Amino acid sequence: MAHEATHDHHDHHHAPQGFFQRWVMSTNHKDIGTLYLVFSLTMFFIGGSFAMVIRAELFKPGLDLVQPYFFNEMTTMHALVMIFGAIMPAFVGLGNWMIPLMIGAPDMALPRMNNLSFWILPFAFALMLSTLFLPGGGPAGGWTMYPPLSLQSSSLAYVVFAIHLMGISSIMGAINIIATILNMRAPGMDLLKMPVFVWSWLITAFLLIAVMPVLAGAVTMLLTDKYFGTSFFNPGGGGDPVLYQHVFWFFGHPEVYIMILPAFGIISEIVPTFARKPIFGYRAMVYAIACIAFLSFIVWAHHMFAVGLPLGADIFFMYATMLIAVPTGVKVFNWVATMWGGSMTFETPMLFAVAFIILFTIGGFSGLMLALVPADFQYHDTYFVVAHFHYVLVTGAAFAIMGGTYYWLPKWTGHMYNEFWGKVHFWCSVVFVNVLFFPQHFLGLAGMPRRIPDYNVAFANFNMISSIGGFLFGASQLIFLGVVVHCAFFARKKAADRVWEGAKGLEWTVPSPAPHHTFEVPPVVRDEELAHGHVDD
Amino acid sequence: MTSGSIRTDGAEPGRGLGIKRAVAAALAPMLALCAGIAQANPEPGQLNMTRGVTTWSGEPYFLNNVALGVCVVIGIVVFGAMFIAMFRFRKSRGAVPEKWSHNTTVEIIWTAIPVLILMALAWMATGGLVSFADTTGAQMTIKVTGYQWKWRYDYVDYQGKPVSKVGFMSRLDELSDKTRQLGSGMDPYAVKTGNENTYLLNVDKPLVLPIHTKIRFVITSEDVIHSWWVPAFGWKMDAIPGIVNSAWTNINEAGTYRGQCAELCGQDHGFMPIVVKAVSQEDFNKWLAAQEQANAPAPAATPAAASTAAAPAGHG
Repeated sequence: MAHEATHDHHDHHHAPQGFFQRWVMSTNHKDIGTLYLVFSLTMFFIGGSFAMVIRAELFKPGLDLVQPYFFNEMTTMHALVMIFGAIMPAFVGLGNWMIPLMIGAPDMALPRMNNLSFWILPFAFALMLSTLFLPGGGPAGGWTMYPPLSLQSSSLAYVVFAIHLMGISSIMGAINIIATILNMRAPGMDLLKMPVFVWSWLITAFLLIAVMPVLAGAVTMLLTDKYFGTSFFNPGGGGDPVLYQHVFWFFGHPEVYIMILPAFGIISEIVPTFARKPIFGYRAMVYAIACIAFLSFIVWAHHMFAVGLPLGADIFFMYATMLIAVPTGVKVFNWVATMWGGSMTFETPMLFAVAFIILFTIGGFSGLMLALVPADFQYHDTYFVVAHFHYVLVTGAAFAIMGGTYYWLPKWTGHMYNEFWGKVHFWCSVVFVNVLFFPQHFLGLAGMPRRIPDYNVAFANFNMISSIGGFLFGASQLIFLGVVVHCAFFARKKAADRVWEGAKGLEWTVPSPAPHHTFEVPPVVRDEELAHGHVDD
Repeated sequence: MTSGSIRTDGAEPGRGLGIKRAVAAALAPMLALCAGIAQANPEPGQLNMTRGVTTWSGEPYFLNNVALGVCVVIGIVVFGAMFIAMFRFRKSRGAVPEKWSHNTTVEIIWTAIPVLILMALAWMATGGLVSFADTTGAQMTIKVTGYQWKWRYDYVDYQGKPVSKVGFMSRLDELSDKTRQLGSGMDPYAVKTGNENTYLLNVDKPLVLPIHTKIRFVITSEDVIHSWWVPAFGWKMDAIPGIVNSAWTNINEAGTYRGQCAELCGQDHGFMPIVVKAVSQEDFNKWLAAQEQANAPAPAATPAAASTAAAPAGHG
């Protein structure tokens, strides 16, 4: 077998012909990247359809469509699918595709593990989604799975096993990315010459390795509490329900940054390209990411200000949380400074990047407000929080993924996407996403708790506006699907190797579409060809 | 203008709030305009938090307004600079890209200024937090217990004396409960108490509390985690099985204040509201005496009272 595989590897310079051979048995970083991205898009629509159920039920006061328990299944599944199925695999897909191209490596360091880490995911999600069709229903205790509530769910074992699988997949993906970046860079590609996207993924991968086992531990304790008679979280047996929250959020807060740091990286690639000017403060950008990653480990209890923490803990976690605003602010200022003095054009990727900077910052503002503990006593578990994390995850992470997709799609497919429809998709998305989420700030401030299927008539106006925005935002994503499918299969307009006039970096030196194998001979790295120019001075 | 008004009694436990009061007083009318008539319970079209009705509830309101103001100013500056850049440095206007990629001075400035702003905010927030953490000197203790999906209130002590057997369950009122069933065909807009729509915000038996009294709440749960939240009091506190949390309030104005469970607790999480009826101390004394009297003889009267009242002889 080994002989055959080796022989095979030397032999083919093109993709294998058979569908099964090419996609299921793939060890090619580009094909696996594509698999991740297709999987992520599928999950984005499945998770989105759950959101549509939620917004339809909340369209007006009174229960009209679904039972409260099913509503809770929808909110829980929406979060799990979007976080673990849509956002994270999308970043892994982009990393798989672009990291070897950006550092001049022929492939990922561990190609077979790469295959395994992808192919675990469809099984994990099939397992998790299947609970919706089983007696007893799916998980309905929120994606955070707080005990004792989560222990009442009959699907706990399925979900815990699915999370174990997702965790294994993420850890293998992270190991692969670290091994690739640390070992496979082309000569001359020093660490502090790497594109910011590669840096952001290197740091994210360390976060993943650090915290996914913590999540696995937390959910395993849930499992043994429910089925094996332990009492980790059962006060009747000497346990503590709050312990779970500490362990969960020790995973959960770094997880939040796992979903945003690669987005910072993508934006840091797009902005210099379309400003035709090197990124401002490259080193500060890298250090800011590292700083945010470090702080993410010491702020977890800001998700728990209402559990009755001691005063000293409240104060510590408040100060540590507020500190995050400093490196995040540096990043935003640097992006603006990159634009200043540039020569800008506004193709679709740049539009998404600009929207990201503004709307993510708005999400950061509400994050700062949430950090203030006395105010958080009011905001906590209201729609204000829902608005906050959708601003950072939808207009933050998801917009960066869409911007990155438009940015690199011509490199992947060899054809230009339709710019007109890309812009239509952008403008629809950016308008409707604000109609969807901005009124939710008001709802939270007026006192509407999150995760409720029905509400007092005082909340009716803004919920209806929010739902209308939600339906239209959801529909707008069909345009995205159309543009991507058109570009992949039907577009005629050939893309140049250097797709964008201002684009710099090794990925633009290979042909479009990128051939099955690239950089089999290490490229020569020239500083002036890098997106951030000379960084020695 | 009830919620915008500032407390007039001089005896204030805790720290001085002079400047904060002045700012809050100045902001209140503006925000009241946004919120329509200022009130304690949610109003259609309400845009901001309300000041609340207790001695402490101005703290989150004040912090919210200040932090919002700071964010708006920073937003205008940063987004303003960005829009100027996007307008001035367009290729279509013939802009030629410059080569520079860092500037140590501005980087130090825009790191230092946020640090100073954050320190100011942290200082203000710490004050509010310290005063909230001080539950000492309470004149009354109420035990709040969360259940799937109702609340139980027990009056533990009042004015230094233990309260004898006053406690009851408080659950969603019948009209809301019938209306909220899937396919009930009933109109949520028709669920009213007086002129106020109380759909999902009304209970069969409200918690009755005296005003101008420092009340300590001890909060726990008998099953899963709940969270006890009356927005007009300015805080929420989780009710956790096996843990007793404490919090306090001191209500300034008589009135009815409505809230909801704020921690997902299962299918009827959205249907376990909280209603507090704040009354004058005289009225409260009368109410409490009546309750104690009603519960004193061997009860078996109401099922709600039965579980706290001493079991009738023979069952003991």
